[in-house]
Amino acid sequence: MIAFTLNGAPAALDLPEDVPLLAALREAAGLSGPRFGCGVEACGACHVLLDGRSVPSCLLPLSAVAGRAVTTVEGLGSETAPHPLQSAFLAEQAGQCGYCLSGILISAVALLQAKPDPDEAEVRAALEPHLCRCGSHNRIIRAVLRAAREGVPA
Amino acid sequence: MSATLPASLAANPRLSQWLGFTPDGAVVIRPGKVEIGQGILTALTQIAADELDVAIPRIRIETVATPTSPDEGVTSGSLSVQNSGVALRHVCAEARAIFLGVAAQGSGVPIEALRVEDGDFVGPQGAVGSYWTLAERGLLDGEATPGARAKPPAARVTAGTSTARLDLPDKVFGRPRFLHDMHPAGLLHARVLRLPSRGATLREVAPGPLPEGATLVRDGSFLAVLAEAEHVADKALARLARLAQWDEHDTLPDEGAMPAWLRQAAGESSVVAEHDRGEAPATRRIKRDFFRPLVAHASVGPSCAMACWTGEAVEVWSHTQGPYNLRLDLAKALRIPVESVVVRHVEGAGCYGHNGADDVALDAALAARGVPGRTVRVLWSRADELGWSPFSSAMLVEVEAGLDDAGNIAEFRLDVTSNGHSSRPGRGALPTLLAASTLDPPFAVPLAINMPVKGGGGAQRNAVPIYRIGKLNIGMRTITDMPIRTSAMRGLGAPVNVWAIEAAMDELAGLAGEDPLAFRLRHLDDARAAAVLQRAADMAGWAQRGTAEGTGMGLAVARYKNLGAWCAVVAEVAAEAEVRATRIWIAADLGEVVNPDGAVNQLEGSAIHATSQALKEAVRFDRRRVTSDSWDSYPILRFSEVPKVDVALIDRPEMPPLGAGEPAFGPTVAAIANAIHAALGVRPRAMPFTAANLAAAMET
Repeated sequence: MIAFTLNGAPAALDLPEDVPLLAALREAAGLSGPRFGCGVEACGACHVLLDGRSVPSCLLPLSAVAGRAVTTVEGLGSETAPHPLQSAFLAEQAGQCGYCLSGILISAVALLQAKPDPDEAEVRAALEPHLCRCGSHNRIIRAVLRAAREGVPA
Repeated sequence: MSATLPASLAANPRLSQWLGFTPDGAVVIRPGKVEIGQGILTALTQIAADELDVAIPRIRIETVATPTSPDEGVTSGSLSVQNSGVALRHVCAEARAIFLGVAAQGSGVPIEALRVEDGDFVGPQGAVGSYWTLAERGLLDGEATPGARAKPPAARVTAGTSTARLDLPDKVFGRPRFLHDMHPAGLLHARVLRLPSRGATLREVAPGPLPEGATLVRDGSFLAVLAEAEHVADKALARLARLAQWDEHDTLPDEGAMPAWLRQAAGESSVVAEHDRGEAPATRRIKRDFFRPLVAHASVGPSCAMACWTGEAVEVWSHTQGPYNLRLDLAKALRIPVESVVVRHVEGAGCYGHNGADDVALDAALAARGVPGRTVRVLWSRADELGWSPFSSAMLVEVEAGLDDAGNIAEFRLDVTSNGHSSRPGRGALPTLLAASTLDPPFAVPLAINMPVKGGGGAQRNAVPIYRIGKLNIGMRTITDMPIRTSAMRGLGAPVNVWAIEAAMDELAGLAGEDPLAFRLRHLDDARAAAVLQRAADMAGWAQRGTAEGTGMGLAVARYKNLGAWCAVVAEVAAEAEVRATRIWIAADLGEVVNPDGAVNQLEGSAIHATSQALKEAVRFDRRRVTSDSWDSYPILRFSEVPKVDVALIDRPEMPPLGAGEPAFGPTVAAIANAIHAALGVRPRAMPFTAANLAAAMET
């Protein structure tokens, strides 16, 4: 049994220690936000916040998060209480198929926590690990800059 | 007054197949096109809201399921609004008239005195009924009839506005929406062990245990493992890969000599277009070759499907672009009647054409066959997606063109050589699905085809220049040997043909001593083409463009498929260690635009996709296997490399709507190539436009 904090609440998963965090979150914890894209930390679709840092979850063993705090896109906000970044992504219509968005939102949260007023180059750099094949990049950059302007709660 | 029905409606004329109402106040629309990230569900909802006079939140969309949904073939070719939207507009307008007629008759209020307010039929004395009160009267059981009842463009309220995407909140809040997110009770996970190389056959599976709880599925050379837990299925697959013994042999051509292979491979030649106006002969000529390697769809989400058997019938959940077409090929490959197959569409990641979506559906049906009553899900790996999806064919385009003494285009010859650009399922005697050729007994792999020009063409798409030309000869050679499976990808042959034509136009302009913009405008009789070209040039400041060393601007224009939307692009590049696209300006004429922001999103997205293909992408292979099966070996454009994109739409609400997903692709590739010449003085001859390929072009 591996215990950790998931989206602000205590969680305990009865899985082998070497099961990747992504598989544990999707299969055992019933989440759909973190997505499988490549399985080798090369596309960004599976990013989650681990103690506030944006990290890929597809290879990270579940045992590595014992006692730590994991946040997925589901933990950022909801339609009735959206995170400012989620509001900004909707305002900018920043997405097409949307498969990459959960991971991108996670890295954007980490960026704005570390640097509340990033410039465009800093946004691009923070999102560099993430692939978007639909070509929504410019909208996504605008959305992150909008969220920075409109304020992210500390 | 139109005397015929829209094509999708003529093929599926029963009104209730498209539209229904519920007594509790909901509208249900059932389009035959599917959401692939292009925003079609939102655009169709807008159209229905306008013609029915209901608020958008009342409208629910039922995604395609066989055999009840309208069969609109494949969601492809930038035809979603063009086909489904026009049909649905007709259906909704006719339904509104039918319901109002019944309400008028029932209430005695003349139909002219009735209006619809969010679904209520309101007369001078108040409401006399609604869609909801008449919902169960069977008023839509009849067939659609010809005749225009749709509102005039000026009366549209939501169509023509940038309604927010209805599917985006699910995606931004991480709610389950994709097929990948479905967890039906008793779900089993399967993984398929793809062949180690093209044409390999299974010799044996050596004895050895699979992880506890995992079971093996085998049919010929098709191998899969099943497990209750996904991570166990992953482990079982790795184990199976070590146990499987194969016979392998060389089947692929030399990647480094693909232009020569295209020239020498057996093929069928045809004339695409020709004319001779008997004008002055060419006195100055250019002759150039253009090559593009195989390229991949490279979806970020690997293909996924679920299947569940009941006796000899199977139900399949798929993110296919063509549920009915897939159904036909599943029946062939599974050797069961088509009536025994149900295909339900569920969204997947963007596909950009015929990727592995259909193939994985057969994988799931095969994996599930031995466990009736259990739903089995197959998820492809990244290596499967990049290594085994169909690819867009390698292409070679040869152009010979010349000017007469007056500087007019006297001659233009273009010959395109390519494999076919469609292996889509459901169109031939044999299934095109990947695993079909590995079964016992195996199915032969059908050759990819190039559709005729009137259907939009394949390799020859956009091979005919839109310019005034004295003597024109356009030919195509379709290769009849297909060592690597090819199929439809965004634009089909258009990106390479538009690049070749527009690069030649720049060279001809140079021969004429004229600016590329002025030279094009002088040879354009198509006013809508000229308008987008001028607009894009104005946006980019073409006339005032600078001449800083290592940077440059190029422009290009095309009418997609020669019968779709008009689109012009100006690109700006900076030559660093590699060429980088820094700015893209797009002007497009899409006719009526149902959702302007959605159209802009599609245009800018396709331009970024095209930039990625132009600068970075090539499928790599040795003599046995595709080796570019990871993001390291098949790199695509990243955030740091994405150009800024500006888009202008020339809105023509009175004109038929034309799709937005593909028209910018070819012009973007071409504009980047022409910008590279402006920056470096070298004419790209081979995609991708890497430093190595540009250096090779300089030497020839």
